[in-house]
Amino acid sequence: MNSRDQILAAVKANQPELTPLPQLDSFFKGQETALIEKFTQVLNGIGGKVIVVANTNEIISLLKENYSLDQIRVISPLASMQEIANNNIDNHNPHALENVELAILPAHFAVAENGACWLDESILLDRVLPFITQHLILIVNKVNVLPTMHHAYEKIGNEQYGYGAFIAGPSKTADIEQSLVLGAHGARSLWVFLV
Amino acid sequence: MKTLDHAERADIFNEDEKRVDWHDETLWWIRQKRDKSAHQIPEWEDLRETASAIKSNTLSNLHDYLLEFEKNALQNGVIIHWAADAKEHNEIVYRLLKEKGIDKMVKSKSMLTEECHLNEYLEHQGIEVIDSDLGERIVQLAKEPPSHIVLPCIHKKKEEIGELFHEHLGTPKGNADPQLLTEAARVHLRDTFLTRKAALTGVNFAVAETGEIVICTNEGNADMGAHLADIHIACMGIEKIIPKREHLSVFLRLLARSATGQPITTYSSHFAKPRDGKELHIILVDNGRTRQLGREEFRNSLKCIRCGACMNTCPVYRRSGGHSYHNAIAGPIGAILAPNLDMKQYADLPFASTLCGSCSNVCPVKIDIHDQLYKWRQVLVKEGYTTTAKQVAMKTMATTLSSPALYKLAGKAARTTLKYAPFMVNNKFNAWYLQRDMPKVPQSSFGEWYKINRKKNEQ
Repeated sequence: MNSRDQILAAVKANQPELTPLPQLDSFFKGQETALIEKFTQVLNGIGGKVIVVANTNEIISLLKENYSLDQIRVISPLASMQEIANNNIDNHNPHALENVELAILPAHFAVAENGACWLDESILLDRVLPFITQHLILIVNKVNVLPTMHHAYEKIGNEQYGYGAFIAGPSKTADIEQSLVLGAHGARSLWVFLV
Repeated sequence: MKTLDHAERADIFNEDEKRVDWHDETLWWIRQKRDKSAHQIPEWEDLRETASAIKSNTLSNLHDYLLEFEKNALQNGVIIHWAADAKEHNEIVYRLLKEKGIDKMVKSKSMLTEECHLNEYLEHQGIEVIDSDLGERIVQLAKEPPSHIVLPCIHKKKEEIGELFHEHLGTPKGNADPQLLTEAARVHLRDTFLTRKAALTGVNFAVAETGEIVICTNEGNADMGAHLADIHIACMGIEKIIPKREHLSVFLRLLARSATGQPITTYSSHFAKPRDGKELHIILVDNGRTRQLGREEFRNSLKCIRCGACMNTCPVYRRSGGHSYHNAIAGPIGAILAPNLDMKQYADLPFASTLCGSCSNVCPVKIDIHDQLYKWRQVLVKEGYTTTAKQVAMKTMATTLSSPALYKLAGKAARTTLKYAPFMVNNKFNAWYLQRDMPKVPQSSFGEWYKINRKKNEQ
């Protein structure tokens, strides 16, 4: 008998009598207030920054103020960002993204309770882009701030992605004497624009 | 060579009292952050109850869920391997690397590979392994195992880390600034990520319904490794399965809050399919888990999601350090998992507890940890794995307690000894006395006192 069959047989022999799966319905109740405020407070608390803007022009002018955009490599798949970024990358060579300074990506939605944004493979150009870039900008529609992770997975539903991630704040570590340092291996900073 | 047991190793850790205090306070601070975070969620207790019930269902239907996971993962283009034990797991990893002619690998955190001693095995085969989690990289450079499952170098002072980085990464001598040291590791490991063709990661959750795996990190090291490599190998114990994608909501709400007090880890990455032209391998490992599944009293330990909350709260772990548990997983949860792997080698661990129950109170999946510690003690004594002194003491106590005459005599003898000849028990041969004062001697036993006082009352 190979290991697969051996393990499965042992599991079958040793697993206890079937117990029921619990319902998750109760977790959806009473969670619907002040979502943008909550999201902003939580993400600011974990090292990110939330900026509410009226339109994408505002985003572009804020980025121009804060980055020397003509001197750094800026990548974005968004048509509205092509004035300051480009979407020209080679998916067969993710290593070539190592010099990206700024990545501007859309996120499907944000989660108020933990400051996370959800992105799947269809919108992030390359899986490694949100990690390898020095700084990360995410753009989310204001109406897509959800209360909790339960609402988040309800929204994701049966989506068939190859890869997807919740991103909550900049990369960080506290491994050295519990001192918080931002910028471990992933992005050093994260700004989320709510449009 | 006799390996030192928990108490002997704890003695060594306790030689530096200031360091013990610092270790104790640091972990308690993390426990307090967990409390603060949990108290912000009114439905916290419902979440724990639900998580525990989902895991109960998983264990009760694990056979079918494993098949479902395998089927869906294969459909996603993932390659699935099964390993009965640590040896087979290690050999699968080596074979995958060898087939591709790869001799350097980058690895993110995986307690399973610690349990299997993968690094030592691969190094023996001539494969260079670089751990990319900062804490794991630090203990790897120090040639030590992690002392905590979430905070691998929680036992190390920043000055020691500064010294290690000076030696290995060329940081300025005497500089122990966490910001500077982290930046040095970032630069060093970025080069590693960009040049490795193989990346190995652990797995936090594997969803039967979709065949996807979820990996949680704060640093982004698992993603940096996996997305830049030609081959991503993910290793998981078979108990990491959860039934449905929607169940991730419950576990991701609990995991980071219980671990460090964060609302969620920075990255919660869902890997369903390999990148175009690349490979994703998942190794499903048993290594004693099916045996534990069959032990009714201990099976709940397989619900563990490796948050480390039981360690942070444990008065014994905080004051004895992770290394004193001489097992990949330390603390209360390690002490109930380890005897399943080897009763003889880990017979001391269930005794490294005060049975105060704090571990069970913070566990996000409501494992009855302290009850299991107590039950393991009984199994280990019965099976003859405890020391002779402990067995004789237990037997004598059982005989004494079951005979009223002997009990009275023993009580009297103890009071007389403590009163007139305390040196008979206050010495180094009495293990109880080493860390404690013996109790003050009462004038009489309760039995004697009751006899006199009842008469007085009746008068």
